[in-house]
Amino acid sequence: MMLGRLTVDALPFYSWVAMGGAGVTIGGGVAVFLLVTYLRAWKVLWTDWLTSVDHKKIGIMYVVLSLVMLVRGFVDALMMRAQQAFALNNDGYLPPEHFEQIFSSHGTIMIFFVAMPFLTGLINIVVPQQIGARDVAFPFLNSVSLWLTAAGAGLVLVSLVVGKFSQAGWTGYPPYSGIEYSPGVGVDYWLWALIVSGVGSTLSGINFIVTIFKNRCPGMNFMRMPLFTWTALCASILIAFAFPGLTVVAAQLTLDRTLGFHFFTNGDGGNMMMFANLLWIWGHPEVYILILPAFGIFSEVVATFSRKRLFGYTSLVYATACIALLSFTVWLHHFFTMGSSSNVNAVFGIATMIIAVPTGVKIFDWLFTLYRGRIEFHPAMVFTIGFMVTFVIGGVTGVLLALPPADYLMHNSTFLVAHFHNMLIPGALFGYFAGMNYWFPKAFGFKLDVKWGIRSFWFWFIGFYLAFMPLYVLGFLGMSRRMEHYADPTWQPYLIVAGLGALCVLCGIACIAVQLYVSAKKWGSARDITGDPWNGRTLEWATSSPPAPYNFAVLPVVDDIDAFHDMKIRGTAYQVPDRYEDIVMPKSTGLGPILGGLAFVLGFAMVWYIWWLAALCLVLVLVCIGIRAFDDDSDYILPAAEVERMEKARLEQITPADLHDMRDFLPVGPASGEILPGRA
Amino acid sequence: MIEANSGRSVRRSSRPLAVVLLLAAGSLLQGCALSDAPVLFPKGPIALAERDLLFTAFAIMMIVAIPAIVLTLFFAWRYRKRKNGAVYMPDWDGSWIVEAVVWLVPGAIVVVLGTLVWTRTHEFDPYKPLVSDKPAFRVQAVALDWKWLFVYPELGIASVNELAFPADRPLSIEITSDTVMNSLMIPALGGQIYAMAGMRSELNLLADGPGVFTGRNTMYSGGGFSDQHFKAHALNESDFTAWKEKVAASPGVLDAKTYLELHKKSVANPVSYYSSTEAKLFEIILRKYAPIMGPYESEAAELICRGAA
Repeated sequence: MMLGRLTVDALPFYSWVAMGGAGVTIGGGVAVFLLVTYLRAWKVLWTDWLTSVDHKKIGIMYVVLSLVMLVRGFVDALMMRAQQAFALNNDGYLPPEHFEQIFSSHGTIMIFFVAMPFLTGLINIVVPQQIGARDVAFPFLNSVSLWLTAAGAGLVLVSLVVGKFSQAGWTGYPPYSGIEYSPGVGVDYWLWALIVSGVGSTLSGINFIVTIFKNRCPGMNFMRMPLFTWTALCASILIAFAFPGLTVVAAQLTLDRTLGFHFFTNGDGGNMMMFANLLWIWGHPEVYILILPAFGIFSEVVATFSRKRLFGYTSLVYATACIALLSFTVWLHHFFTMGSSSNVNAVFGIATMIIAVPTGVKIFDWLFTLYRGRIEFHPAMVFTIGFMVTFVIGGVTGVLLALPPADYLMHNSTFLVAHFHNMLIPGALFGYFAGMNYWFPKAFGFKLDVKWGIRSFWFWFIGFYLAFMPLYVLGFLGMSRRMEHYADPTWQPYLIVAGLGALCVLCGIACIAVQLYVSAKKWGSARDITGDPWNGRTLEWATSSPPAPYNFAVLPVVDDIDAFHDMKIRGTAYQVPDRYEDIVMPKSTGLGPILGGLAFVLGFAMVWYIWWLAALCLVLVLVCIGIRAFDDDSDYILPAAEVERMEKARLEQITPADLHDMRDFLPVGPASGEILPGRA
Repeated sequence: MIEANSGRSVRRSSRPLAVVLLLAAGSLLQGCALSDAPVLFPKGPIALAERDLLFTAFAIMMIVAIPAIVLTLFFAWRYRKRKNGAVYMPDWDGSWIVEAVVWLVPGAIVVVLGTLVWTRTHEFDPYKPLVSDKPAFRVQAVALDWKWLFVYPELGIASVNELAFPADRPLSIEITSDTVMNSLMIPALGGQIYAMAGMRSELNLLADGPGVFTGRNTMYSGGGFSDQHFKAHALNESDFTAWKEKVAASPGVLDAKTYLELHKKSVANPVSYYSSTEAKLFEIILRKYAPIMGPYESEAAELICRGAA
């Protein structure tokens, strides 16, 4: 009774696959534990990292979480591809029960615990620096958001060891996900992972809206904000408005399952169509939450490595805002086949197509940024070009699916699966990888290896085409998504090629791991002394790499969209200020990780119906909030002398030879003497 | 330094990978007969029209998509950094002409496509009865775990995991579910529509002529989902009469008790026939999940509604 419905049967001794998953999860945890112990790094880890409220460290922790979960989510993908490559007229090696958990956890992990933390991490590292701020608006809240996200990820991971994960797909449509048809703990794990991490995401969205509205440095008006900041702002607004929808719908389904409510049940007045509507009212903006920040990254990268001003800045800003606004008007296209009237389907179909216009504009604006540039094929740039080429294909198939009569044919097929991977792999993940290659030196002070970066790109790029182009064709051949086995022999060759594609992507992930290892090993020779390794254009390159805790000793004053480029051209970069001042900094606090831990236990207790533990956690959460609320001593002062010492040490390291030659930006015309447009 | 390195490694590593890509494409082409693809080569006018819409929209979008892809690759190559490179305009950041083109051309395409969406969505509303000189053949489909029950109200018979209908008449299917959400689709004949408990959806299809087509539930519904497919037989007059007689002669009777048996979960259920069914079976199944409670119109209705609910 003390343990609710948790018994020894929850342990994974019922099948080899379950034991394998549990073994890898526990093994990974033990390995990390031993490594940290061996390095005697527990104290450093706790005081410098886990309890930190520094946005840069929080950002790095988000990205680490994301990369760990990427590996987990990708193993799921590999297992599915392997199963389908072999399962013609036989059961393959995975029983349906496992196959279903795997496709459910793959989607859940990739959306909530890879894409979300990756983009939140990059936003954390970069946005405050891009707007010339010393920190986010609410540093402690930022730490809480991180740990709530980690708690959600922890719930998904622990479901591999104790109990099972959901078998209802990452969208968890009722009534299948209801207690009548899914009586186990799986759906509850899924729900509590979503609720806990969803609260974290919402708080994070609010935090960045306020940060971007309130913390911009002098001179940085809205139309001088870098594109990445713009996309982060729009994504944060989407998060703040869309995620509560998800939290509510998850809470409703939890009430159905736990307390016998009837929001979405078959009988007793429940209505499953409401779930589909509410889920996708969050779900469609979510697509743009994932993609918009990547668009921002591409905008930064394409300008930097084309050595040009971004083409059509104003256009890109308006296109971003249009996409954000329109993203709330299209959710019904996820279920045209539910039987809505023609008028309803047609309106949502047209609204969906309208989004293609600003999206197309963005592609062309990047294209004309390349035009008459001086392009360098840094890995970040290569990912960007790979994205532009591939994303167009995904856009085309997206518009096809937006035609309701065509969607009746392609819905629920592998064509749909191919389409959304075609949006999210190039559109989101390639962007995050570009961002990682681009901003890594900013976060760590040394550059990532170029060779392995390029290799990872080619494996990802080719692997993507091999894995998903066959799925488009399989959609035409009538293959539905989520099939554990099949009887049509014409499908198998395509599924084998898709499996090879997954192997190719595996090599891509391995290349990233090698890239990180190789770069860390020879970090001394790849150090970024100036803080500006790529001759960057925006303010984050004005700080040191890694930046001082306060980012800017003196808040910068901005006169141009490309603020730092403008400073370098005018020779006002790297100036020693007249005097330094005391800087107020937030103190580290253990309450963030403690709250995350409590949220994890709370979720776990709710999954297993351990009511007393859930109640206890809830009380402790309130106690923590109380402690924080009454803590009037949450800041400390970094004295001006200390700031001066740190800044001097940095500036002394920089020799003129380290600085970029800004004469490279003189235009070269087709005939000498011709006057070129622009401000040169 | 970095630039030179990365430029070289792009070219170096792309060559063997390109070979792999070509080989894969080759194996794709030889191994697979696309002529069997039900969506590309449909066997009915509805599916054909839906496919044509897909092709038309695809072609129209190529106006934007091809230039975008080609120009990306061309610009990336043309304006790569090198000695004595192409024209370089570091401060060129806008052009009204370019902006007008990139907003207006996709905008115009969306106007065209939007018009297509409006007209075609109304034209191919799956609920809309098809115009034909012969009356539509009515079938009632019930999604069960994990099989399809087809009731033929005109004939008073029923079949499981096999659908038969006269090839020369439009097929009008009423759909519901007595389990979780399903989606009924016969790709060669047309698109799909969800099956939801307590709700009735409709699908109107037509076959070009006699033939056998695969149909299935496309909406993941649990353990037996992969095997939840059936054959749809469009039969000519004599074959259909023969089929009717075969079913009418079968011993199975779908009364309330048999239905409760059938309602139990089963994977890859064999094709089975019922020479008669409970009266208004489809309506009773629909009513099972309605918020209204009894009184029930018959004992059978009470058994079906309460027996498994």
